[in-house]
Amino acid sequence: MVLAGIGAGLAVIGAGIGIGKIGGSAMDAMARQPEVANKIQTAMIIAAALIEGVALFAVVVALIAK
Amino acid sequence: MISIKPLQSFITALLIGFSVNTYAEAQNDTTAVAHEASHDGHEAHGGHGEDKEFNASDLINSHIGDSHDFHIFDWDGHPVSFNLPVILWTDNGLVVFSSEKFHHDNTGHHVVEADGQKFVRHNEVIYYADKFETLSDDDKSAFNFDARPLDFSITKLVFSLLMSALVLFLLFSAVARSYKKNRMAPKGLAGFLEPLVVFVRDDIAIPNIGEKKYAKYMPYLLTIFFFIWINNLIGLIPFFPFSSNLTGNICFTFVLAFITYIVTTASGSKDYWKHIFMPPVPKLLYPIMIPVEIIGTLTKPFALMIRLFANITAGHIIILSLISLIYIFKTVAIAPVSGAFVLFMSVLELLVAALQAYVFTLLSALFIGQAVEEHDHHDHH
Repeated sequence: MVLAGIGAGLAVIGAGIGIGKIGGSAMDAMARQPEVANKIQTAMIIAAALIEGVALFAVVVALIAK
Repeated sequence: MISIKPLQSFITALLIGFSVNTYAEAQNDTTAVAHEASHDGHEAHGGHGEDKEFNASDLINSHIGDSHDFHIFDWDGHPVSFNLPVILWTDNGLVVFSSEKFHHDNTGHHVVEADGQKFVRHNEVIYYADKFETLSDDDKSAFNFDARPLDFSITKLVFSLLMSALVLFLLFSAVARSYKKNRMAPKGLAGFLEPLVVFVRDDIAIPNIGEKKYAKYMPYLLTIFFFIWINNLIGLIPFFPFSSNLTGNICFTFVLAFITYIVTTASGSKDYWKHIFMPPVPKLLYPIMIPVEIIGTLTKPFALMIRLFANITAGHIIILSLISLIYIFKTVAIAPVSGAFVLFMSVLELLVAALQAYVFTLLSALFIGQAVEEHDHHDHH
């Protein structure tokens, strides 16, 4: 039961780092070229949603294994 | 504007049905008081009567899961519900009765007799009464198919599915009619929905499927976009006809992903099948590559299924846990903090509702685009 929580926490660490990196590079790119900021923002949100999907795989496994 | 009358009569019918049901429920409860012992976590809401221990995981499971009646609130320790019909296909034919006959029993003790057969309900799963008695505690799962009749009941989630399908149909047929009548710029509901439809066409369908072939798939993409979005939003509204967690049910998302898989497979071009069964690698690697490619076509809809299910369910669990904090700490002082957190999470969930619909539709369009694309082959293919 505790290990399921630890597993979910580890998955969230990975997702946090990944989405943080995406956000960071999106900020850099938007600062370089403000006129394409909208496209970059759309792409950033899509990538974040996909990475969050992967993190939630792990949460689902943790829920099943509880 | 849209014609309000069908919607109004629908809502009125719902309210009348609800009031009739709760009146009947109250009549029954005064004569059947002995069933208090079999309550599970619903006490969190009312609890005027006895003070039972608050069990947060029971509360959360009952909100996220499916159930045969639509539990609205607890009055004086008795649950008040909108009782939905139970429709079972047994060995002897179809059996239909109201879920009110179970008297809110979820532990398998109360036996319902209908059409000469006896049924019990354990953890929202209906079993034959005689076969249930012979089951040991581990066998009492929903997967024990010999002991169960086929359950086609209108449960809480089916009710919500039918309702949202009806709302979607009314909404869009009204918009379509207004386009026939009004040749000028659309106003009202059509003006609200048109940018969304154009968004799905210009930003999801055309970039992924291509100018030539996108029109065939537009109805499907529009349907899943709006259907998932509406069901996500319905799950966030906390009161009676709306509060079910439909998109957070893995069976529902499985069906959506399966339909996407069927659409992509049925529209596969020759290049698509060539890439799967004759990938551009040395022929000795075929025994490895072909199973990998086939599994690759399956994992993509699988990921769609899990992504939608997990996002929505996780959101609901978070909001319910934050509200349960108030009951766990048993003090009113935590209510403003908990309320602020719940407000923040609810706004985030609104974003997630729209975003998950968008991502599901985008990935479906992407997979369809991969299946239909035909590119010129160079020599090395």
